[in-house]
Amino acid sequence: MASPGAKKQKADDRAKYQKLASSIVPRPQLARNIAVAFVVGGLICALGQAVMNAFIASGMTGDEATAPTLATMILIGVVLTGLSVYHHIGEFAGAGAAVPITGFANTVAAAAMDFKREGYILGMGAKMFIIAGPVLVYGILAGVTVALIKWLSRG
Amino acid sequence: MEGSSLDYVIAFLVGGAICAVGQAVLDLTRISPAHMLVLFVVVGAVLSGFGVYDRLVDFAGAGALVPVSGFGHSIARGSLLEARRLGVIGLFTGAFEFTGLGVATAVFFSALIALVANPRA
Repeated sequence: MASPGAKKQKADDRAKYQKLASSIVPRPQLARNIAVAFVVGGLICALGQAVMNAFIASGMTGDEATAPTLATMILIGVVLTGLSVYHHIGEFAGAGAAVPITGFANTVAAAAMDFKREGYILGMGAKMFIIAGPVLVYGILAGVTVALIKWLSRG
Repeated sequence: MEGSSLDYVIAFLVGGAICAVGQAVLDLTRISPAHMLVLFVVVGAVLSGFGVYDRLVDFAGAGALVPVSGFGHSIARGSLLEARRLGVIGLFTGAFEFTGLGVATAVFFSALIALVANPRA
């Protein structure tokens, strides 16, 4: 039978172990997360490059190809979300799935599907941009401000 | 940008590096993914203002455009190009010059898919 002292000793050991473990474990986890984000994010961007090259090959300039490339990647993100695939990529790759524009599309499609339960108008309609909304709001705020400053300073 | 296989390698490396920075921000700070994405879109717009992001796009193509920082750049660039063409009106219509197609696509197809598909249990 364990005495109270031995029990306390055991608890102390466990606390010591956890402190030691937490000081060691996060490093390989960090390296793993960053490496996976790099590879998966890179692959999504390489796919984007293939899409972009296809539009450029059809006679578009780089600027003209930008919008259809982004839209194609967004469509891919929405479809993969509908098929419940993007969720798995996100769990595996973190920012590697969230940072590309396919991740933006994923948040819109996932919110649309999730909030359908709360109704088509006030659920799906209102909450589709619950995560992607801030990206649009601050993207437009920053982008228009930057353009205004640059436009005024050069005429 | 030539249509060579080097395109894909550079897009992979630059796009991957931007995503890796995003992951490092998530793991090393306590900010939420939504905050990180907002940070990236704003940084992309600001770097666009300094002409840095245009050079990155020239170099890396989709590797710079596909990450959400490229979305911020695309808003700023569209806004600037249209402002030069149309004045104040262009400043605002230009915000969607490169991004409007994508936003409308996201809304339309997300709504469509939500009508036919249900979220995972």
